[in-house]
Amino acid sequence: MLSDLLPPALVALLLDSILQTATMVGVAALLSTLVGLPLGVLLVVTGKGQFLERPALNRVIGTIVNLIRSTPFIILMVAIIPLTRLLAGTTVGTAAAIVPLTIAITPLYARLTEAAMREVDQSLIEAAQAMGATPLQIIWKVLLPEALPGILAGQTVTLVSLVGYSAMAGTVGGGGLGDLGIRFGYQRFMPEVMVAVVIVLVVIVQSIQMAGDWAARTVNHRVARSRDRT
Amino acid sequence: MVRVEDLTMVYDEKAGPVLDKVSLSVSEGDIHGIIGRSGAGKSTLVRCLNRLVVPTSGRIEVSGHDITTLSPGATLRSARRDIGMIFQHFSLMSSRTAAGNIALPLEIAGVPKEEIRKRIPVLLDLVGLSNKADAYPVELSGGQKQRVGIARALALDPKVLLSDEATSALDPETTEQILSLLKDINRRLGLTIILITHEMDVVRAIASHVTVLEHGRVVESGPTFDVFAFPKSPVARSFLSSIVAHELPPQVAARLQPEPSGETAPVIRIIFTGDAAEEPVIADLAVKFGIRASILHGRIDYIDERPLGILTLLLPEVGDRLPAVLAHLSSLGLHGEVIGHAVRSSAAGTRRAAS
Ligand SMILES: Nc1ncnc2c1ncn2[C@@H]1O[C@H](COP(=O)(O)OP(=O)(O)O)[C@@H](O)[C@H]1O
Ligand SMILES: [Mg+2]
Repeated sequence: MLSDLLPPALVALLLDSILQTATMVGVAALLSTLVGLPLGVLLVVTGKGQFLERPALNRVIGTIVNLIRSTPFIILMVAIIPLTRLLAGTTVGTAAAIVPLTIAITPLYARLTEAAMREVDQSLIEAAQAMGATPLQIIWKVLLPEALPGILAGQTVTLVSLVGYSAMAGTVGGGGLGDLGIRFGYQRFMPEVMVAVVIVLVVIVQSIQMAGDWAARTVNHRVARSRDRT
Repeated sequence: MVRVEDLTMVYDEKAGPVLDKVSLSVSEGDIHGIIGRSGAGKSTLVRCLNRLVVPTSGRIEVSGHDITTLSPGATLRSARRDIGMIFQHFSLMSSRTAAGNIALPLEIAGVPKEEIRKRIPVLLDLVGLSNKADAYPVELSGGQKQRVGIARALALDPKVLLSDEATSALDPETTEQILSLLKDINRRLGLTIILITHEMDVVRAIASHVTVLEHGRVVESGPTFDVFAFPKSPVARSFLSSIVAHELPPQVAARLQPEPSGETAPVIRIIFTGDAAEEPVIADLAVKFGIRASILHGRIDYIDERPLGILTLLLPEVGDRLPAVLAHLSSLGLHGEVIGHAVRSSAAGTRRAAS
């Protein structure tokens, strides 16, 4: 079906691009979760009145997060080229694109998880303290599980943003769908490629959103659900 | 079991102390009510007991742990495991089922999974929720949620249970059920309970001792019956007004005059306690003294399973025999006192009744 509209060579290119986008988004999402989640937790638990209150540390993390978040992605990408070369060994290609993507998205993810955890009722944390929980147990057994629906919603927003950012990162040598759309659809004036790229992106974003909503709903026990057995 | 000495808590220098040299002691197996108006410092006091709040000064001993000097860390955490706590809004995790919520303190204490699996049904049974193990809090009623809260608080076999307004979010019927569950647990396990409340009804229902707190100070403390029978502080009296007739209804109070005049007769209040509550006082007054007393107000209640009656009588024709009447009451073990004077036959009342 696809081959009726696009020549086979372009279909192969499209599949390649999808794979590159998936790699960029997937790896950057994984890395930003690994870094962003602990940062989000730190932002919460070192905050004012919290059980690991550390005002200085909290302010430092908060400031760094805000700095990165207020830098436009295009500028960030260029600004960290030396770091990218250091980490990826190159400044072009999919691997190189992952570095700025991760750095740009981690603060967003940290803020979204922080917001989700702030929603957790303070009295639950107190209850855990009254039970003799260690700070790590409070985080692991109370804060994260209670905030999970919100954290998953944040993860969804992060993934969707990553798809968008990855299209931009692609244009500076990262490959992927955005790169394909610009090179063929725009520069070689092949509107059908542009349309195909946009359709694929819409499908990807839509799928992420649906999967994310479903996951958040599944772990959310704050609203009553009618059960089959009663 | 619990001893508090000169506990003082200052959050904000300008606002003054929230707790001001509070001392109290609770014996093992007691249910000790702490009552006071909103802002009296009740929550602060109870949270000092497991050091959710670190007091400014004073000493606290709970079940052999010197709470105020424990180093924060492992020793404090292990002391906290001897102190269960239940909350006004239950504070259950929405992401865990009833069974999961009860398992939380056990997991925190590092109890092996196998043992947790065995403990849960026992705890659920203790609070009458055996059929709700897999229900999430959102699927439970307020009373059921508090039962989960109680089972969770008992999971680690605490020596003391702290309850901060645990029934304030519940309707009267559910409140009664939760209170009788607490009483039952107190009897069966010999568990010491400290119960924070702003309702005297709660104290009456289950507390053996009560401490009245006002503006961070203890204004009254003692066995519940004694405080109910002979409240010393105005706060205690006003808390009791809806339960025990220490304060007269306004219609009656309006008739009282502080000084006698030609048309008045003395009004006495008799407090009946224990066995003396069954003395035939009114008949005695008529037979022994020829006084036809009229009842202005009266009520008999059962506090801590002992009768407590308060009767307000107008004594016409008493004349100079008043001291003899009071002496007679006292010989029966009743507490009588003159609280004022009122016009003999309530002409206004009679006319209203006739029309
Ligand atoms: N964390 C806090 N910081 C500052 N003031 C507080 C804090 N907690 C309570 N207070 C103040 O202490 C007083 C007593 O509060 P609380 O112990 O909650 O009383 P109660 O439980 O009897 O209503 C109130 O005036 C309240 O504003
Ligand atoms: Mg309170």
